[in-house]
Amino acid sequence: MEATSPVSPVKKPSPLLNRQIPIVTRSVKGKFRTFKTAVMVIAYSVYFLLPWMQWERSNAASQALLFDLESRRFFIFNLVVYPQDIFWLAMLLFIAAALLFFTTGLIGRAWCGYFCFQTLWTDLFIMIERMVQGERPARLRLIKQPWNAEKILKMGVSHSLMILISFWTGVTFAAYFTYAPDFVYHLFTGQAAEAGYITVVVLTITTYVAAGLSREHICTLACPYARFQGVMYEEDTLAVAYDVRRGEGTAGRIAPGKGLRIREERQAQGHGDCIDCGFCVQVCPTGIDIRDGLQYQCISCGLCIDACNNVMDSVGSPRGLIRYDSEQNIASPVPHRPRLEWRRPKVLGYAASLVVASTILFYNIGTRSDTEANVQQVRQPLFVMLSDGSVRNRYQINIINKTEHEQRYYLKVQGIPANALDMGNIPEIRVRAGKTLSLNAKVDLSSEQAKATKHFSFIVIPTIAEAEPVVVKTNFHSH
Amino acid sequence: MSQDKTTTTATPKTTGHNWDGIEEYTNPLPTWWIWGFYITFIFTVVYWLFYPAWPIGDKFTKGIPGLHTITYKATTVDGKEVEKTTHWNMRSKFMHEMNEMEGVQKQWFDKVAAMSFEDVSKDAELMQFVNSAGKTLFSDNCAPCHQAGGQGKIGFSPNLTDDHWQFGGTHDEIQQTIVHGRKGFMPAFKEVLNEQQITQLANYVLSLSGEPHDNAFATAGAQLFKSEDAGCYYCHGADAKGNTQMGSANLTDKIWLWADVPAKSTQESKLAEVKRVITGGLDRGVMPAWGGRLKPEQIKLLTVYVHDSLGGGK
Repeated sequence: MEATSPVSPVKKPSPLLNRQIPIVTRSVKGKFRTFKTAVMVIAYSVYFLLPWMQWERSNAASQALLFDLESRRFFIFNLVVYPQDIFWLAMLLFIAAALLFFTTGLIGRAWCGYFCFQTLWTDLFIMIERMVQGERPARLRLIKQPWNAEKILKMGVSHSLMILISFWTGVTFAAYFTYAPDFVYHLFTGQAAEAGYITVVVLTITTYVAAGLSREHICTLACPYARFQGVMYEEDTLAVAYDVRRGEGTAGRIAPGKGLRIREERQAQGHGDCIDCGFCVQVCPTGIDIRDGLQYQCISCGLCIDACNNVMDSVGSPRGLIRYDSEQNIASPVPHRPRLEWRRPKVLGYAASLVVASTILFYNIGTRSDTEANVQQVRQPLFVMLSDGSVRNRYQINIINKTEHEQRYYLKVQGIPANALDMGNIPEIRVRAGKTLSLNAKVDLSSEQAKATKHFSFIVIPTIAEAEPVVVKTNFHSH
Repeated sequence: MSQDKTTTTATPKTTGHNWDGIEEYTNPLPTWWIWGFYITFIFTVVYWLFYPAWPIGDKFTKGIPGLHTITYKATTVDGKEVEKTTHWNMRSKFMHEMNEMEGVQKQWFDKVAAMSFEDVSKDAELMQFVNSAGKTLFSDNCAPCHQAGGQGKIGFSPNLTDDHWQFGGTHDEIQQTIVHGRKGFMPAFKEVLNEQQITQLANYVLSLSGEPHDNAFATAGAQLFKSEDAGCYYCHGADAKGNTQMGSANLTDKIWLWADVPAKSTQESKLAEVKRVITGGLDRGVMPAWGGRLKPEQIKLLTVYVHDSLGGGK
């Protein structure tokens, strides 16, 4: 390169390296705000109260929802989930994914706008800021003013509240993994397990940082969902959209001024219905301008719709300048009322896979057995010849008692003589509630029988009347 | 919208250095990165205070005493239990963790030690512990000769998974074997007997196990077996069923320890195997004693493992 070549000016620096202006949102009233608040109340009630719900259990803590990692059992009301039920988790994740794609294809990022933890906690923390520091102009003023007593007090109180809520979020999360009342007591008396303290500290920090400090950056920079929304949206997908034609008219949007106050006057001069008040931008939790069109930053929370509807009401124009509508409908010459367009291969495909996966999961849970058994052949040695020439194979039999009480079992063999089975000195097979017992079994067959036998079955029979026996097929090896 | 426009500079700053028109940009490292770098300095100081850090000749600094020490229990060569407190090091840490795990296992070992062999083998839950702890003890101590699964090796070590016990298969006899070790011995007969006599004996031994053999030779061998000339019956007994008191083999069953008859396919090669043993005798069936090496409760658990988990217990 020549030494004198001019330095090319940096055109657009990466947003990662730039300082961000804090987003201070204006509060708004409307049906989407009401819906968001309702979701919030329900979600928080469930999250914060569920670990305290009691449930009668015979052999574990009486907590309705308890992910007991220590005993490797998840208690979900009357359902007990064991590690070997990991298939259910896989199905659940598949269903969650299919549900996400299904709703996104149909009505866009509904998850982001109303249900995502990041949205819920950010929303709550913004509400705290508004209660302590005041409405948007007051908060902006507070940010600009020097660190005086008022600023320290207001910032201190609001951030203390956020940290307090973050802390209780962490405590609640940890309470799902242990008996909640004991845990909370032990937490404050210094007796809780190390993992409990780590969980609480980590969740307090992450909640406060994510919802109190990072906020929309989590959605725009960290969350992958925003980045692949483009492949899940279709032309018929309902999304928060600005009606460009109606808003801009032929001469663009303009603030109401002299001779531009009444809708008919504006239309006569070619101006659209948008009065450029900027409320839709001020209420946006990710700080975008929806009038620029669909953007990856949009979490489709609908607050700009509420803001715009309120403004349209006050200037006497019809509502719905910003509304849930499809790209196709907005672009069509004569837009109809926005409606759900569900007759699409993508939506129907996801719906079908949702139904199939849910059916499989619920069928599987519904028909789960209380006893599980597996047999592992001892492979070293695979078989051994005994003094009388007969052949011995050895097995390890694992019996899992998935009931809530101690259970007794009988063991039989099928396909070989009953006396071939030798269980050693074990007088009776008893398995504690929720436990696994592994037993040594020896099977001796005469050399003729051994040559003829390739497979046989162990039958594990629970002693309670209605229980189904478990049949496990296994191999027999010989010379 | 949310971007700070003031930081978007059109021309990047340079260091001011200019070599023949070549300039250098100043691109300062991100602040968070710089701070991360400073934190590593602080970390080294903390590390140096707590852990061994500086090599000085063939010695090293051991960290400030009392800040991070490890106490562990160990057994010396002469069997004394000592407690040691040292500066932090990997070996002491390992010993300390081993002490902790021994503490966890102790309650189970105590249970095994307090119960009779019979009662242990009747307790299904305790047998689970015997299976796992026994497997570890067996792998560490017994597997080099008896193989990982206790299947042994013909010509080297007995198979512990079959139902034949050279020195007795009761719990007490197995415990005796482990504590004191065993020595199997058979004299060489090449000086005492001639080639034909050895062939006759070998045919008789094969006939006892139902292996292919020469009938005439076997009949002669049977005579020889019980005669004073060969004197086989001294140890193997008149019925050739051996004697667990002295560890002489039962020649009438299908199990072979020294002559690898099952591996040979022809009558000649099977015969040669047996003849090899009679001719040369055996002086290497030695099992060392584990009495001083393992603790009594470990030997007891190992006994149950060998008797009930591996063997037939018959």
